[in-house]
Amino acid sequence: MNTIALAKKIRLHALRMTSRGSSSHIGSVFSMADIIAVLYGAILKVKPEEPKWVDRDRFILSKGHAGAGVYAALAERGFFSIDTLNTHYQDGSILSGHISHKGIPGVEFSTGSLGHGLSVGAGMAYSAKLNNQNHRVFVVLSDGECDEGSNWEAILFSSHHKLDNLTVVIDYNKIQSLASVSDTLGLEPFADKWRSFGWAVAEVDGHDHAQLLDRLGHLPLNNEKPTCIIAHTTKGKGVSFMENSVLWHYRTAKGDEYNAALSELEEK
Amino acid sequence: MRDEFVKSLTELAESNPKVFLITGDLGFGVLTDFSKRFPKQFLNIGIAEQNMAGVATGLALEGRIVFIYSIGNFPTLRCLEQIRNDACYHGANVKVISIGGGFSYGALGMSHHATEDLAIMRALPGVTVVSPSDAWETVEATKAITSQSGVCYLRLDKSKAPVNVKKNEQFELGKMRVVREGKKVVFVSTGGLVGTVLNAANKLEEFGVSAQVVSVHTLKPFDDEGLKKLVSEFDALITIEEHNVVGGLAGVVAESLLQTESYPKKFYKIGLSDTYSSVVGSQDFLRKYYGMDEAAIVEKTLSLLKKD
Repeated sequence: MNTIALAKKIRLHALRMTSRGSSSHIGSVFSMADIIAVLYGAILKVKPEEPKWVDRDRFILSKGHAGAGVYAALAERGFFSIDTLNTHYQDGSILSGHISHKGIPGVEFSTGSLGHGLSVGAGMAYSAKLNNQNHRVFVVLSDGECDEGSNWEAILFSSHHKLDNLTVVIDYNKIQSLASVSDTLGLEPFADKWRSFGWAVAEVDGHDHAQLLDRLGHLPLNNEKPTCIIAHTTKGKGVSFMENSVLWHYRTAKGDEYNAALSELEEK
Repeated sequence: MRDEFVKSLTELAESNPKVFLITGDLGFGVLTDFSKRFPKQFLNIGIAEQNMAGVATGLALEGRIVFIYSIGNFPTLRCLEQIRNDACYHGANVKVISIGGGFSYGALGMSHHATEDLAIMRALPGVTVVSPSDAWETVEATKAITSQSGVCYLRLDKSKAPVNVKKNEQFELGKMRVVREGKKVVFVSTGGLVGTVLNAANKLEEFGVSAQVVSVHTLKPFDDEGLKKLVSEFDALITIEEHNVVGGLAGVVAESLLQTESYPKKFYKIGLSDTYSSVVGSQDFLRKYYGMDEAAIVEKTLSLLKKD
């Protein structure tokens, strides 16, 4: 699958979904859209016709507020109909603003409260080791989410148990809910923190598909170490007036803003 | 109860390789045998309960029956959201084991008093809440929660009531047990405190009061029918728990009585009166201090029966 085309579709779907539902987090979806497109377009071993295939790679979106992006990718991969996306955030829908697995083929795990996904992914990776299974586990974290102490418990655990079948991708867009990461609770030196916790770390441009494909296509970075890919991204990537703006963590594109965003995305 | 639990789990682990025990760095000397016999079914995950609950969920979703083991409030309140969002919402086969219900670790202080756990765990949809009173119930409950899918909470007490099993009695989750027959008043209790309640019931014979004692080993699902049958037969119903009187045994009993339109002639709840204990001491000492020892139960029962 062409990952660049998939990324574009993810952004377009997410824009429509969040606008229709008047929901938030479009900036968070856009910043990780290329990561999700590369994962679902080229990296993850999954079977849309058999979502619970035992040898599938496990994928957990720990930054569950960006669930619209994963729903869009799953629909594009054929896990469920693209029409289903129209129900996102609507009354009676099962496509919640924060990602949920119930009744939705392909969603491995539900999240929403931050700092949950990595421990569960680590448990799945640990299980694969115990069972001598070869599938991989991928967890996408947000940067702000790394404020949560539970992540650091899981980070310790994963390196202690040499979970080289576990890969974290951090959507490092540098902006959280109310302000920048550096003004809220600084993470730097971020890569060094992960390294000092025993992880193999690589930093990439999170919008450069070649870099993402190269790193995610050659895992683990080190045998016997879990992998952390710090993907430097731009919040709101793809729509000029949303980029690097705290406002678009919560704001919904409506009317002229929606049309302008749609035009920009379609032109790309 | 702890030893009975570990012994029972050891037998289960031997016959079922899916049984997996995670401890949050507690159980010194108690889990050594298990860890040596089943190194691939055991993990000391360190002092990190949130991660413990999350990892347990991951392992459970991949097919294991995962027991997470710690003391007091650590495997429940400390990682409550992981239990709710991760284990419960996903229907994961995670069994939460707390050693030290109530004032089991009374002298260690307030942090180690588990006195709201039943209410809190009971409020989570899909959780089976079990609080055995004696060695037999502990062993049977361990077997029962292992074979039942989904999240269970097992509260184990340091104290335990004497075993009082009828011939051919079958343990069933969700069914209360009459452990002493009586006619005038019925004590509805849970956990090791049932032993104290039995002593109080014996003492009441001296005052001409015949007391029945019921062990509610499963608070959820609750035995509405079993309770309903009891109500009409007695002059008074008294709940007795080593737990806050808010939301625990008294709460579930009161909810059940109203729901089934069963109105006891008299109702009283004995337990911790919505407070934290800054006073420390042995389990027996704190039971006495907070009015849930034998003498207090006798006194409150006599006083209740005297009232018109």
